[in-house]
Amino acid sequence: MDTPSGGQVRSHCVGTAAVIYAGDYLNKLSGEKIERECRRQLIGGCRALIIDFSDTKLVNSIGISILLGIIDVAEKSGARIVFSEVNNQTVQLFEMLGLTRHVVLAKDEGEALLNLSRFETTPVVH
Amino acid sequence: MEPSTQKLIHTFGALADLGQEIAGTGDFTEMVRTSMHLLLGTLALRRGAVVECSGPGPLRCVAIWGLDDQSLNGFQIDEAEMECFLGGEITESLVRNTATRNVFVNRQRERLVNEGIELVMPMIVRGEVTGLVLLGGKASGEDFSNDDFETIRAMVRHIGVGIHTHRLLEQLAQRAEENRKLYDDLRTIYRDTVRAFAAAIDIKDKYTQGHSERVGKYSEIIAREMGWSEEEVEGIQIAGYLHDIGKLIVDRDIINAPYYIDAKSSSELNRHPNAGYEILAPISHPYADIPLMAKHHHERLDGRGYPDGLTDQQIPIGAKIVSLADSFDAMTTDRPYRRRRSFEDVVVDLRENSGTQFDGKVVTAFARAILKEVKGETKERRVTKMLGKSYLEGEQVKTLLADLITDLEGVSQAKAQSL
Repeated sequence: MDTPSGGQVRSHCVGTAAVIYAGDYLNKLSGEKIERECRRQLIGGCRALIIDFSDTKLVNSIGISILLGIIDVAEKSGARIVFSEVNNQTVQLFEMLGLTRHVVLAKDEGEALLNLSRFETTPVVH
Repeated sequence: MEPSTQKLIHTFGALADLGQEIAGTGDFTEMVRTSMHLLLGTLALRRGAVVECSGPGPLRCVAIWGLDDQSLNGFQIDEAEMECFLGGEITESLVRNTATRNVFVNRQRERLVNEGIELVMPMIVRGEVTGLVLLGGKASGEDFSNDDFETIRAMVRHIGVGIHTHRLLEQLAQRAEENRKLYDDLRTIYRDTVRAFAAAIDIKDKYTQGHSERVGKYSEIIAREMGWSEEEVEGIQIAGYLHDIGKLIVDRDIINAPYYIDAKSSSELNRHPNAGYEILAPISHPYADIPLMAKHHHERLDGRGYPDGLTDQQIPIGAKIVSLADSFDAMTTDRPYRRRRSFEDVVVDLRENSGTQFDGKVVTAFARAILKEVKGETKERRVTKMLGKSYLEGEQVKTLLADLITDLEGVSQAKAQSL
């Protein structure tokens, strides 16, 4: 079941992956909430993050910056990150800015989970 | 959509957001942090920081992203490095470019490279280096293009202006605070001087020591009850302190006569309101109408007062308040030729003379203020303190005041209906 946590961000866990819903407009306010939720999930032991953009119509500059921060944090934690259900316009933006070099894009949540299952996740010892 | 068009839209959107952020009046650190996010997000830069400085010395980190919070601790900028930025030849500097003449980058290169910083750009506003923007590489892994440099320059200028404006506002606020303190000091000096004058006036009259101070306090109590502003209340208190200043020119023997004075002496004494006005008028008081309140505190509503024989509407409200405070103190203190009157007697006098000598609304306000005090509804017992504890004791006092208020309000309503 989806649960709002850390404000109004919906998220749920599938195994060791956390699915976080980005909402309709990824700006400073919503971006910071998503970032907090991602950090919370990683601290809680998640090994992969799926950010679901199915409702997302627009991502602004701050949203891009925050997404890069999330990618950074995930990389440092040894966690994988997948963006799912990104609309065409946003895909173009991510490609143009080079975000797609650091994340996998998936058609939907199922494909994202399938993608993650192909990789053997090994616990990171800090 | 063409990628170049999309990039332009993305950049313009960020510039518009940045302009709005810089022009905002919110929290400074948050403004810089948001501005930095906008810059990083425009070109998808993975890390960055905004550090500020005010002259050579340590750089203070205002916003940081993608770097450890402590990673920029201890960064300094010296005079030569500042001069190098101010020389105008160096704007942005790529950290890995060992051919750069940027002495700051040359000195800090190893540390900057270790932190993943690829570009250093100074924020220069009105010939001052307000700080530096340190940026990491692009998420795309591409080198910075000329367009990127243009975008970064434009956005860094905006952030620099934001920091500069914030500093100016801080300086203004600091000066305003200093001015406020100076003004407060001046007001204190003014009030202390006025109180010293009041004491000097009262010393001349050995039977009415403390009279001016008490009239000031009663006036303040009445004005506050009438809903005056704090500034106006302070003004009327000062007027109360100074209302008898004209007595300084009246012969001490007349003031201190232990009996009713004759017509000639009375005429001499009655000069004091005009004399007070002449003394006070040339002074630039921080409150309005103080000289007029001193001049007209012996006027009566029925026109039988002095010095000008003004009637009701012609008498300034402040003078009506000081007049009541003055008479109340005269009635409630011992004089050389009589003992003070009982409170019951004073209330009778106030009732009888409301509408002829005193303004009914002013008397009502005073009665209301005293009633609140005797009922224990006020923090301080200021009237009680001046009159002595026993003077206002007993249920009778409350009844007298409540009846006086009811009667005068009734008169006031009837008067209003007849108009």
